[in-house]
Amino acid sequence: MTQRKASTARAASGSKLIRIVLIGLSLTFLALILVVPVVSVLGYAFSRGLGIYFEALTAPDTLAAIRLTLLTAAIVVPLNTLFGVAAAWAIAKFDFRGKQILITLIDLPFSVSPVIAGLMFVLLFGAQGWFGPVLRDNDIQIVFALPGIVLATLLVTFPYVARELIPIMQLQGREAEEAAVSLGAGGWTTFFRVTLPSIRWGLVYGVILCNARAMGEFGAVAVVSGHIRGLTTTMPLQAQVLYDEYDLVGAFAVASLLMLLALLTLVVKTVIEAFGARRRRA
Amino acid sequence: MSPSVLPGFGLTLGFAGIFLAAIVLIPMAALIMKGASLPLAEFWRIATEPRALASYRLTFGASLIAAGLNAVFGFIIAWSLVRYDFPGRRLVDAIIDLPFALPTAVSGIALATVFAPQGWLGRWLEPLGIQVAYSWLGVVVALTLIGLPFVVRSVQPALEEVEASLEEAAESLGASGWMVFRRVILPTVLPSLATGFTLALARAVGEYGSVIFIAGNLPMRTEITPLLIVIKLEQYDYIGAAALGLVMLCVSFVMLLTINAINGWRIRRVAGRR
Repeated sequence: MTQRKASTARAASGSKLIRIVLIGLSLTFLALILVVPVVSVLGYAFSRGLGIYFEALTAPDTLAAIRLTLLTAAIVVPLNTLFGVAAAWAIAKFDFRGKQILITLIDLPFSVSPVIAGLMFVLLFGAQGWFGPVLRDNDIQIVFALPGIVLATLLVTFPYVARELIPIMQLQGREAEEAAVSLGAGGWTTFFRVTLPSIRWGLVYGVILCNARAMGEFGAVAVVSGHIRGLTTTMPLQAQVLYDEYDLVGAFAVASLLMLLALLTLVVKTVIEAFGARRRRA
Repeated sequence: MSPSVLPGFGLTLGFAGIFLAAIVLIPMAALIMKGASLPLAEFWRIATEPRALASYRLTFGASLIAAGLNAVFGFIIAWSLVRYDFPGRRLVDAIIDLPFALPTAVSGIALATVFAPQGWLGRWLEPLGIQVAYSWLGVVVALTLIGLPFVVRSVQPALEEVEASLEEAAESLGASGWMVFRRVILPTVLPSLATGFTLALARAVGEYGSVIFIAGNLPMRTEITPLLIVIKLEQYDYIGAAALGLVMLCVSFVMLLTINAINGWRIRRVAGRR
């Protein structure tokens, strides 16, 4: 806090007028582009009262969409968490050739458009795709069904846990684990008793980010879902279906749940950051 | 390189490698090979047909404008958060990340409804003759929303690290506040600003969910490239979709390389100063 006050006193921070203008510009910009749209979600969702809101949320198709989204996240998040921990362990605790390439490849899904991510799986598993004929002969449905939705979601949320863990584990080095192993601890014991306690907050943060993105993914899932109502529409797709049918209350009711998820994610993030800052000072 | 005494190298690297191949690399190879299986002339015809060209113009034009808006306002916001104390500063700091966590379909239908002619903001803009919803302006607004955190979060740490002693030295030598800003602060944070701009641009180019609700989606006018790919898929035109997808994938690679190059530049600058 003292540091911040000192910096305010620097000449380059400008006069009182400049300061008011800049803060005013910041707040106006944020209000127009972020706050008003976010508040409007609640405004429209509750525009016809609480009763209609809950009625909209408990419509059979909407409930099916909520179930599908929860199921997808329940498959995707543990798999990507496992991958993230494994990749971070290999990258942070060992030296090997091609490490930098591996890190770049893990980041790749961040820069690929969600639509392209979905397209890739259609080209693999769609009727005219690489495995299309094989899948048809064996009566296996991937695209326009749950497996396709899971695969597309896996791809777009792929880097989140690994991205959080790699820098943390690299920073912590190997001494603690090496000491544990030289004292006779096994690999799993070392991981659960030494490594896991020191990375747990980064892990929690990575997992909730991964979860938020998994539940909210739209573009990639839209391409592979086929939009079969009550069957392959996730919550974001259901919001679109209702919006296109001019059912604004229904669309915004679903959107309000997704927004709640985003806000919860932010709260957890803020708490973890505040906690981490306090621990670093202590 | 000394061999590590730690166990689990084969297991973790093996699992990570197989998972990476199955989820990312093989699907990507499918797209590249499908696109590359086209004769070059045919690929070129699809990639440069008028409707595709119009979609590139809108996608890249709107993304550039949005990233530019974010560079300006993101810098001002980061500056206000670092340099000034004002009521609600911590709340503002927290909500900057909202576009990261908010599903794109939510921001999409929210923006489309708010900026519609009867919407909360649209009704004030309509008498002024400004139509945001169902025009290219709407695309810019949506892409600005999703790109906002990239610039703020890139610039903020760099601004915090500008050393007070440097500024004080410049001041004591008679530099005015504006000169200190232009000659001391701006050069220090410029690489971070460039990183934020490029990250926002890369995200905007591939964005789909938050745009399609507000864009109006008229062919040749308000149709972004990712939407054109989806339309081709819905018509079972896999070849056309793969060709446009390959174009977009190449753009993503170029952006990724640019981001890495800018990062290298920033790290060298920081190292050079020490």
